Amino acid sequence: MPMTLTEKILARHAGLDAVEPGQIINAKVDLVLANELSAAVAIGVMRQMKGADRVFDRDKIALVEDHFVPAKDAQSAKIAKLMKDFAVEQKITHFFDVGRGGIEHVVLPEEGLVAPGELIVGGDSHTCTYGAFGAFATGMGSTDIAAAFVLGEVWLKVPWSIKLVYSGKPGEMVFAKDIMLKTVGTLGIDGATYRAIEYHGSTVDELSITGRITMANMAIEAGAKNGIFHADAKTLAYVKERTDREFIVEKADSDARYEREIQIDIGSLEPQVACPHTPDNVHPISEVTRDEILVDQVFIGSCTNGYIEDLRVVAKILDGKKIDPRLRVIVNPGSQKVWMQAAEEGILGKLAGAGCAVNTPGCGACFGGHMGTLGDGERCISTTNRNYVGRMGSPKAEVYLASPATCAASALTGRITDPRVAAAVAV
Amino acid sequence: MQASLRGRAHKYGKNVDTDVIIPGKYCNIIDIAELGKHAMEGLDPEYTSKMKPGDLIVADSNFGCGSSREVAPIAIKGSGTSAVIAKSFARIFYRNALNIGLPIFESPEAVGAIENGDELEIEPAGGVIRNLTKNQTYTAAAFPPFMQSLIDAGGLQPYVERRLAEKA
Ligand code: SF4
Repeated sequence: MPMTLTEKILARHAGLDAVEPGQIINAKVDLVLANELSAAVAIGVMRQMKGADRVFDRDKIALVEDHFVPAKDAQSAKIAKLMKDFAVEQKITHFFDVGRGGIEHVVLPEEGLVAPGELIVGGDSHTCTYGAFGAFATGMGSTDIAAAFVLGEVWLKVPWSIKLVYSGKPGEMVFAKDIMLKTVGTLGIDGATYRAIEYHGSTVDELSITGRITMANMAIEAGAKNGIFHADAKTLAYVKERTDREFIVEKADSDARYEREIQIDIGSLEPQVACPHTPDNVHPISEVTRDEILVDQVFIGSCTNGYIEDLRVVAKILDGKKIDPRLRVIVNPGSQKVWMQAAEEGILGKLAGAGCAVNTPGCGACFGGHMGTLGDGERCISTTNRNYVGRMGSPKAEVYLASPATCAASALTGRITDPRVAAAVAV
Repeated sequence: MQASLRGRAHKYGKNVDTDVIIPGKYCNIIDIAELGKHAMEGLDPEYTSKMKPGDLIVADSNFGCGSSREVAPIAIKGSGTSAVIAKSFARIFYRNALNIGLPIFESPEAVGAIENGDELEIEPAGGVIRNLTKNQTYTAAAFPPFMQSLIDAGGLQPYVERRLAEKA
């Protein structure tokens, strides 16, 4: 039976020759991820399960402290410690505290814990990020994660796949983030619920690994179970540099069945912005900038756009300039390694020189956690993935989502700004 | 056997996301009662003061979209809300609700007919929703057999315990 990429990976992990959409399977997992928030609940559930004293494989669990660390208060310290104590007790190999890790989804690929054809579940909805590497990866809640901790398997309903085919070359100042915002705007926030998104086409073949990460990361913003790319030479080069573990590269059959196929042409795409208060409220920048939209905060970071490539774009735009005096810019490099690379390239100094607050790696302001929470009436343009009411703090604040370039351009002017115009001004 | 659920309807729109069900700043709380005090706070800060134990949330499509935080259904349950009826649920929320034992019902018909404040009674087993105010009856979509067996077993935990025993 012909199968999609997602179906092939699920079938193999369920020990079956073939699977079809709607079928419920029991699949073996290659990696189970949790952060301190999902782990705190999962560990509690595991403690209540009879016969569940040990995790199934201490090498196949990754625990990352990233949401509220360095602990913002005593309660956060308590749950951070709860996870750390569990990691020590269970002798978990891949435990990352602050100073060694960063945002879970940035850290795992960097550490070689993600490879093509693998099946990964995580106690975080953006676990779908690893689809960038040709893995099946999906987010779950803590009880499911507790089950995966001890069983090393999960029950899954095989999703229908939606094939997205991109063509055209991105224009000036158009990045993977713009392509994905356009995609979420096209599909809608529930347009891919219970579905797998399979990314195809010349545009995505040309994208860097970071670009694919940005796109896979936001599959959940269309409600998808997972978003997946085919592994290619770039993927293999990235992964083999980081692990010598064996893996199986899968490929969708040419006659695989898709629920829908959608063509998206990027040729004439402008930079895109998701306006408040849903990630699918997406408009081209020329439309958004028709009104003057002043901002109070610019946030650069997250598992969507907290990578070295992103910081390079921001540094290039801000280098030697000053951010608008009316606003603050907060930068959270995605991981310790990104931070160190940015330091080595002089990026951190340039950003600080321009007036940005450069924080330690972590989620921080992205979900209204700490280090940049918005107050009543404040407006932020952010490189993150969600802009629901209250996402970054006050329910009376507004969040716009855009690429690092658009955010950097807006940092210079204090209002939402077309990075193509800012670039022209800079010359 | 699940008991029947009874209370008044509190109606909300579509795409009620996890950030409004329980805002990020509360996600470091583990205590169920404490979480319950903040249920729906991002959307309706009055919710917990105006609802009574047993009341139900009735919402449009894609309820629970957004993050994987299991504290979202836990907060709803912790507030004393007996069930959520929606036209549809986001995928992770759906799993989480079943796993933690928050009764959820998918019924576009019921959502279309129920008005804010209507008195409802649900028989979980048959998915029968009775509107006592309007004297109407609706049916919720049946759960797929595998999920029904999980629910009947009392959630994911007993299922895992059985799998562990099989493996031992
Ligand atoms: S950076 Fe934001 S979206 Fe990513 S894992 Fe952290 S809180 Fe979630």
